[in-house]
Amino acid sequence: MQSLRIICPNGHLGFAPLRVESFKLGVAAGPHVIAADSGSDDVGPVPLGSDTSTSPLAWQTHDLEHMLLASRSLGVPMIIGSSGDTGSNSRVDLYVRIIQELAAKHRLRRFKLGYFYSEISKEELRRRMRAGETVAGLDAHRTLTEAELDATERIVAMADVHPFIELLEQGAEVIIGGRSSDSAVFAAPAIHHGFPRDQAYYLGKVLECASFCAEPYGGKETVLGEVSAEDVRVTAMHPAQRCTVASVAGHAMYERSNPYFEHVASGQLDMSACRYEQMAEKTTRITGARFRPAPELRVKLEGAGKVGERYVGLVGIRDPYTIAHVDEVIAWAREQVRERFGDSGYELHYIVYGRNGVMGELEPLKHRPAHELCVMVQAVAPDAATAEEVCMIGTRQMFYARLPEVKGSAGSVAFALDEVLRASPAYRWTLNHTLRLGQPLELFPTHMTAAGVQ
Amino acid sequence: MRSKLSEIAKTIRSKNAGVDKITFDVIFASRASYERVKRARILTRETVARLYGIPDSRISDFVEFDAANAIKFTIYRLQPSGGAGDPDIFGSQQYAPLLDLEVPADQGTVTRPAEPGTEYDRR
Repeated sequence: MQSLRIICPNGHLGFAPLRVESFKLGVAAGPHVIAADSGSDDVGPVPLGSDTSTSPLAWQTHDLEHMLLASRSLGVPMIIGSSGDTGSNSRVDLYVRIIQELAAKHRLRRFKLGYFYSEISKEELRRRMRAGETVAGLDAHRTLTEAELDATERIVAMADVHPFIELLEQGAEVIIGGRSSDSAVFAAPAIHHGFPRDQAYYLGKVLECASFCAEPYGGKETVLGEVSAEDVRVTAMHPAQRCTVASVAGHAMYERSNPYFEHVASGQLDMSACRYEQMAEKTTRITGARFRPAPELRVKLEGAGKVGERYVGLVGIRDPYTIAHVDEVIAWAREQVRERFGDSGYELHYIVYGRNGVMGELEPLKHRPAHELCVMVQAVAPDAATAEEVCMIGTRQMFYARLPEVKGSAGSVAFALDEVLRASPAYRWTLNHTLRLGQPLELFPTHMTAAGVQ
Repeated sequence: MRSKLSEIAKTIRSKNAGVDKITFDVIFASRASYERVKRARILTRETVARLYGIPDSRISDFVEFDAANAIKFTIYRLQPSGGAGDPDIFGSQQYAPLLDLEVPADQGTVTRPAEPGTEYDRR
C-alpha cells in the first residue's frame, strides 16, 4: 500500500450534525478508513461528572448512521474515539448499542464490532498512589492528593493508538473507543498499515477537527487526509472549501498552547520543522513532522468531581445610580445569605452582564458599564433545597438592596421571572494529570462483539 | 496610517487549550501584515499583560508562528473551565480587547516624498 486515505466528517461527533453533501463527496473519493473523534474537555466537567452527554442522542445517531452505512457499503473500517463527549464506559456502551440498532434497522451484513473502555476507578488509582506512583498535575493542577481523589466522581484515561491497533489486528470492522487522544483515532489505522509514526500522528493532528483545517471557515464538513511514507496530504471535500497552506498551518495552533507540539501517552509530535506546500487548489501537502517517543508511557487522566446542586436567578438593572453601585447591591444580597446560612457550605456567584459578565477579571472595560445590566446569580449547595434558597435570597434581596441615594424605592432591580431555575449540578475539573503506565493497554480493555444480521 | 488590529488580521480568536488555559490566535492573511504587526511590537507578552491586567506569570506561552503568519499566546485561567461561575466555558469570547489594538503606520511600507538630499529608509 503506497498511501492510506482517511475521511473525517466531524470534529466533535454529536455536538452538531455532520454536513451530508461533503461527506458524500468524501465517500465517493474512496477512503480506506472513515473516522471521527466524538469527545472534548471543552464542554466542561458536568458531562463527565454526571456521566451524561451534552450532545443530543438524535445528532449522535445521525452521524453514526451516515458513517456506518458508508463504511459497510465501501467495506472499510469505521473508527470513533472518545464516544459521547466524555469517552466514559456508559458512553461507549451507548455507542455500541446505537451501532447494533442501526445495523439491525438497515439489515446490514454481520460485522465485527470492537470497543474499548477508558475509565480508571478511584480505587485503582488510589492503589497506585499508595504504591508510590505520582499522579502529576498538568498546567495549573498540582500533584494529586487522596483528598482530591475523594472529591472526584469519575476518571477517564486518554488512550493512545494502542487499543485501536489491537482491535484492528483482531479484525474489527467498526471500533467504538473510550476516551482517547484525538490524533490517535487517525494515527492508529495509519500505523496499523505500516506508515511511520511521524506521518501518522501528523495525519491525526490535521484531521481531528475535520474542516477546521480548511477555509473559508465552516465546521462539520468532511476533509480527506492521505498519508504516505514521506508526507501527508489533506484535501477539503466541500465544493467551496480549500485546504491551504494558511488554513492547515493555522489549524496547528488550534486549541493548544503551543503550535509546535502535540502530546500523546507514548510521546510527542514535533511540528516545528513542518513544511506546507499547496499541491492543488484544495490540497495542501505537509512534510517534516517528527514523532519523538517518550522514555516512559504517561497517560493523561481527566476527572470531574461534584460540587453540589445548582440554581440560577436572573435580574435586570436600568437605574444608572444602581448600575454604578451594583457591587453594593450584590454585597447586600450576599450579606442576607450570610445571615441565613453563614460563610460556608455553599457557593454564590454573580455574573454581571453589561459590565464584565463575559470576561470577568480580564475585562479592560469593567469600569464602563452599559446603560442596563443583567446579573446572573448562581448558587451551589450540597442539596437542592439549600441551593434553591441560597439562590432565592441572593436574587430577591437584590430587589431590596439599600442604596443611600437611590431615587427608586420600590425595587432596585427588574425581574423577567420572579423565580429561580434549577440548573445542572455544578462539577469541577479535579483531575488534569498524568499517570505512568507499565504497558499501553493496561487501562484500556478491548472487547469484540458483532452487529448486523447473518 | 494607523489601523486597528481587527482591520489587519484575518482571524482573531480565543479558545480553551485544555481545562486550565485559554489560547489566543491572531492570524494574518499576508506575510507583510504579519511582519508589520511584529515590527510594531504592539502584540507582545508585555502588551498582553497590560491589556488584560494580568501578571506575566499568567502568560504560559507567547509564540510568533511564522509558518501560519500568526501570533499566538496562552494564559492561565484562575479556575479550571466549566466550574460554577465560569462565564465562558469554552474560552471563546476572550479576544475582544485585541480587536481595537492600534497598529501604527508602518515605516517599512509607507511611501512618502523624500526630502531633497535625504534617503528614506525603506528597510
